[in-house]
Amino acid sequence: MNPETLSSNTVQAQTGNEQRSYCIGLVLALVLTLIAFGLVWLKVVTGTQALAVLGFLALVQVVVHLRFFLHIDLGKSHRDDLMLILFTSLILLLIVAGTIWILWDQHARMM
Amino acid sequence: MNAPHSLHPGVNLDVTDRESHAKASEVIFGFWIFLMSDLVLFAALFATYAAMSSQGIAHGPTPAEVFDLGSAFIETLLLLLSSFTFGFAILAMKYSTSRARLLGWLGLTAVLGAAFVAFELHDYYVMIETHDAWPQTSGFLSAYYLLTGTHAVHVSAGILWMIVLAVQVMTLGINTPVKLRLLRLALFWHMLDIVWVGIFTFVYLFGVAT
Repeated sequence: MNPETLSSNTVQAQTGNEQRSYCIGLVLALVLTLIAFGLVWLKVVTGTQALAVLGFLALVQVVVHLRFFLHIDLGKSHRDDLMLILFTSLILLLIVAGTIWILWDQHARMM
Repeated sequence: MNAPHSLHPGVNLDVTDRESHAKASEVIFGFWIFLMSDLVLFAALFATYAAMSSQGIAHGPTPAEVFDLGSAFIETLLLLLSSFTFGFAILAMKYSTSRARLLGWLGLTAVLGAAFVAFELHDYYVMIETHDAWPQTSGFLSAYYLLTGTHAVHVSAGILWMIVLAVQVMTLGINTPVKLRLLRLALFWHMLDIVWVGIFTFVYLFGVAT
């Protein structure tokens, strides 16, 4: 086999893989979105339970977006990007949890 | 089979354009850092919203009274589809030499994005018209308009950016700088959809569920 057909086969295989990646991502995201809206529409979850269930579904969907749309995986070459995502997640957690904690405390003291 | 030389987030150009691929990882890593810091901005707005939507109702309407889940669902679908079409725009850029195909996907993405912004503006209009829910009515509504408004401004900026790049594709052609700009805009666009996952979950769904 000459090298040119080999490389065009590789290109074709990769086109297929990458198109499939976006399609899988779209379907998974659609399913997760439908479940989340369905649970609220049909009033299956309410209150704190809703926060836990919907929060989990959102987390899964974020991972789906990162994996299939942004192509972040656990491969070695993605370690830097993944590290930044994890570090940012830590900062986000500190900001969100800290703010909510402080404001809740303030609110309780004003009651 | 995975991409053999994946060096940065998003689609890598390795198999079709090694020259652009060699220059990509540096600029894209820099842009990735910007995106992460942009997420910190959104985190601050989310945190404010979380506190305000439960403690800052004042005498105004509650989240469950003003939100329209049907509209939020349509917006979610529009933005998700636009993320998908942008993926195909990037694949058209990578594998085809046809400008028309790239511009077609890009145009479709911009139209879906514009429809998203239009629906959101319509939401604001309905909230103000039927519930008298102005930003200054309560802390909850201030935080709501600030969070969703900041996201909508990002989406609008993305659409403008898309138009600028479409003009560059038409005038400069699909050369290396234009390719790298499109790759960065794709990351920006996908990231906005991730932020929207947080918004439709914690603002709309959770607001209606409680």
